[in-house]
Amino acid sequence: MFADWPLLSLVIWTPIIGGLIVLFVGDRMPEASRRLSLSIAVLTFLLSLPLFALFDRSTHEMQFVEWVPWISTFDIHYHLGVDGISMPLILLTTFTTVLVVLAAWEVIQYRVSQYMASFLILAGLMNGVFSALDAVLFYVFFEAMLIPMFLVIGIWGGPNRIYATLKFFLYTFFGSVFLLIALIYLYTQAGSFAILDFHHTPLGMTAQTLIFLAMLLAFAVKIPMFPVHTWLPDAHVEAPTGGSVILAAIMLKIGGYGFLRFSLPITPDAAMALDWLMITLSLIAVVYVGMVALMQKDMKKLIAYSSIAHMGFVTLGFFIVFMIYNNTGDWQGAGLGISGGMVQMVSHGLISAAMFLSVGVLYDRMHSRQIADYGGVANTMPWFAAFFVLFAMANTGLPGTSGFVGEFMVILAAFRADFWIALLAATTLILAAAYTLWLVKRVIYGEVANDNVAQLQDLNRREFWILGVLAFAVLLLGVWPAPLLDVLDATVDNLVRHIAVSKL
Amino acid sequence: METLYLAIVLAPLLGAIVAGLFGRQVGRVGAHSVTIAGVAISFVLSLVVFWYHAMAGGEVYNETVYTWLVSDGIRFEIGFLVDNLTAMMMLVVTFVSLMVHVYTIGYMQDDPGYQRFFALISLFTFSMLMLVMANNFLQLFFGWEAVGLVSYLLIGFWFKRPTAIYANMKAFIVNRVGDFAFVLGIGAVVFHAASLDYMEVFAQADTMADATISILPGSEWSLLTVACILLFIGAMAKSAQVPLHVWLPDSMEGPTPISALIHAATMVTAGIFMVARMSPLYEYSVAALSFILVIGAITAFFMGLIGLVQNDIKRVVAYSTLSQLGYMTVALGASAYAAGMFHLMTHAFFKALLFLAAGSVIMALHHEQDMRRMGGLRKYMPITYATALIGSLALIGFPGLAGFFSKDGIIEAVHMSSTPGATFAYVLVLAGVFVTALYTFRMFFMVFHGEERFRHAPPAAGHDEGHGHGHHGGTPHESPWVVTVPLILLAIPSVLAGYFVGPLLFGDFFADALFVDESRDVLARLGEGYDGVLGFIIHGIMMPPFWLAMAGLGTAWYVYMKRPELAQKARDTLPWAYNILDRKYGFDEFNDVVFAGGARRLGQWLWRFGDTLLIDTVIVNGSARAVGWVSGRLRLGQTGYLYHYAFAMIIGLLVLILAFAL
Repeated sequence: MFADWPLLSLVIWTPIIGGLIVLFVGDRMPEASRRLSLSIAVLTFLLSLPLFALFDRSTHEMQFVEWVPWISTFDIHYHLGVDGISMPLILLTTFTTVLVVLAAWEVIQYRVSQYMASFLILAGLMNGVFSALDAVLFYVFFEAMLIPMFLVIGIWGGPNRIYATLKFFLYTFFGSVFLLIALIYLYTQAGSFAILDFHHTPLGMTAQTLIFLAMLLAFAVKIPMFPVHTWLPDAHVEAPTGGSVILAAIMLKIGGYGFLRFSLPITPDAAMALDWLMITLSLIAVVYVGMVALMQKDMKKLIAYSSIAHMGFVTLGFFIVFMIYNNTGDWQGAGLGISGGMVQMVSHGLISAAMFLSVGVLYDRMHSRQIADYGGVANTMPWFAAFFVLFAMANTGLPGTSGFVGEFMVILAAFRADFWIALLAATTLILAAAYTLWLVKRVIYGEVANDNVAQLQDLNRREFWILGVLAFAVLLLGVWPAPLLDVLDATVDNLVRHIAVSKL
Repeated sequence: METLYLAIVLAPLLGAIVAGLFGRQVGRVGAHSVTIAGVAISFVLSLVVFWYHAMAGGEVYNETVYTWLVSDGIRFEIGFLVDNLTAMMMLVVTFVSLMVHVYTIGYMQDDPGYQRFFALISLFTFSMLMLVMANNFLQLFFGWEAVGLVSYLLIGFWFKRPTAIYANMKAFIVNRVGDFAFVLGIGAVVFHAASLDYMEVFAQADTMADATISILPGSEWSLLTVACILLFIGAMAKSAQVPLHVWLPDSMEGPTPISALIHAATMVTAGIFMVARMSPLYEYSVAALSFILVIGAITAFFMGLIGLVQNDIKRVVAYSTLSQLGYMTVALGASAYAAGMFHLMTHAFFKALLFLAAGSVIMALHHEQDMRRMGGLRKYMPITYATALIGSLALIGFPGLAGFFSKDGIIEAVHMSSTPGATFAYVLVLAGVFVTALYTFRMFFMVFHGEERFRHAPPAAGHDEGHGHGHHGGTPHESPWVVTVPLILLAIPSVLAGYFVGPLLFGDFFADALFVDESRDVLARLGEGYDGVLGFIIHGIMMPPFWLAMAGLGTAWYVYMKRPELAQKARDTLPWAYNILDRKYGFDEFNDVVFAGGARRLGQWLWRFGDTLLIDTVIVNGSARAVGWVSGRLRLGQTGYLYHYAFAMIIGLLVLILAFAL
């Protein structure tokens, strides 16, 4: 019955319209706003499930396509569709949104309906980003997405939120302006704004290089890559828990998604020529940022830096492909790298959401993010401690958790490219263990550090279920990642075949 | 058969889940019942499997359970490979685990984390079984890291103790250094074979030996050697070989039952097992074998020496474990994989026995671990005494006991081996025999014989949580049956396991699993002269290892029983030697300063200089300030006076006209 529903429009517009309704319910009825928001989030999640269930895993073609003329003069259309790369990210978005609404339940008391509405609208916009097949439509969603997040950090954020929001907004906006220029140029070459047309537009080397760099600015800021990453720790530190969760779990992925949807297929030759730059920056993210994470005193900052290091794996997996070809003479292993990067994105979505929610649990009780204020939490919050250790282990990439899958695939792929790249990438095994376990040691273990810790209450039922669901997802993806890979396979294969052909 | 193997693996996992997640509901008795039942099922079924494979001549089982993922044509699978090598490991793991489970009822009696402990040791059993039963590198690595995780959680079981949570973090990170290399080793294997399946990889070992990889510009290395050495570095961390051994002594912060199970009998032998399993690869790389031989020999001898100066009973046994792991490693290096595996098995029995006996002593003395406050316990704890004596004799290789056969096998094999480094290794393992006997019986005499020093002991410093209500100065008494029965049951194979020397070492027991190149097959050559167990014993008594062991035992007796002042005198005459040993050759200090300290300083510097100063202050905020400054200048033009604007317009117009006119 779902097959002929406009599912993509539904997952975009249900939360957006729902969010607007929540906004009208108003702050005078906070309880009603909460319940309504949860219903909308759950409904959206349920609507996204058929995307997974009905997804045709044997083709790389776009599925669930919708096409409605919009601005025909410029050949701009309301054109939606998903393939193996975007569909999992939509699921991740709708899933995370449910958790974020739940996580705010008692915690957010100030302007409840506006908070909830922001997240619902944000979810719709992000689904739009992942399903847009028209470049202008994509760009609209891409930019509109910044507004709710800007509000979330600016209104419900910490003491230094103004600096953080400005930095966040300017940084990302700065990048996306260049994206717009690139898209307009591509329109002049392709004669349409259809992203899939861009893929097949022949481009000269200079044009490709310029387009690649312009897009790099946009996506590198989003994901974020070194050296344009410093907005992320600030944004995370100031953002409320829900903001951090969405930021880490979904918004960063849009950068990675952009590389796969735009940079690689549109400018394969430039990507090949500049892969050394991408690989270098990725490895810096893994090693340098891993080192920096070690010395953080603020839990959220630590996790933020850890996110950047993990995103380094994503970009490494995506851009290692050309070097594999140069080193071995065939494309075997390229798909492993790209799929590995994709798995890493999904997995990081779950793990970082779990980590930020865990820190949120502590913050709600102690109103501090400083590691030094904690110690011996396991004594008073044993269930929380168990969850935290599990997520910490997932963060270090322990086999059996989702964190392992992508890293393992990318390292195996990297070995095909170059021994030293694999070696530097693999240092994450040591670095991630060092910064994550040191965090666990200082926060969770030890004697009860102070009176505040002594008075901590263990998880309530709501928190237990939120973390429990995430724990289940992290373990499931770690023990049986095949369903995700089945979805990716045909699309990634096609992508590799596509970038193997020069556009010159 | 698949159902059977799945049951063996899943029974302990199920026990762990019940005891771990529903510990409060099922209570203490429920937790230990369900986990013991799970491991007992595993053990009984492992016996069936062992019988089927070793006695009934069952076929090697090699099947996939499920496909983990498929990407880019490479299948990542979960599956079992069961042959005699696996069957033996399964038996050892489940047997020792079962003993330790029962023992724990007594040892952890008063501990508030009782259920958690049972859940974790059962989870460990599951992980270890996954490791040994793997038929591919993915599952191997899963088990490899999962046992590391459980080890981490158990070393830090008493998580209030600063030393315990330091030790468990150290253990995990040092193991991660090994895993870092291990993953790269797997990378090298997959690079060549495009498969993670053991059999598919082994089938390509010869072509992999010819393949080369350029690691440093201008030099070509054999890909196989690189892979083998990388994999072995992983084993060095897991099986605590110098210089990645530093975590194992500290792991003694964990409760004694896990020291026996994880840090003596099973997990630490995973590296040995792994190399044996990979023998079809290692046999193609003499360079890797040589490397293994030398590392093992260094560990065997120099770690044994440290055991001589330890006063904590558990640490003596821990250093002994390091040294014995060195012996096993030497066997691998000498291509005597069967001898290494044989020693792995006998060592699992007698070392678990020694640890559990030490635990029994520790309990009797209310969690006192310092041997200087023990002595004369023989008459209070007869069962512990007798079993510890058996364990000690087995460890030093007393003729007829298990350790004698396996250790002799290793020493003889190294003696015959012509792998580069074999002579060096032979000298060290031979000298190690003397050292082993000396530290073992030093411990034995200090604990069970001589003056009773426990009565005037001050309250022990860091004793276990939940046990603080001891009554010091009372008469120690024998431990309850849940403790002594496992001791007795472990003492039996510590005596008898050696009698399998014929089939295991010289027979074709491991023929399906281990591959040895004919030119290096020292065990086959040794086997030519083998004429039964009795002949082996008689031959052994005429060889130097036996006399060295006796000399060590005699020295221990003389120094610690007859002339106790001699030990002090030795320390005073050679203070530098004592210092070196007491500081464990300075590995810990070096790592603390160079690696831990270095990483922290570098991280701090990168953060302060790179992120905060360079990127944020100079570039990001700097460009914001620059924009602010420029617009501040430009603002001067926006005066708001109409005549200024009119003037600017006129000038502009003039410029345009001129531009077009010219």
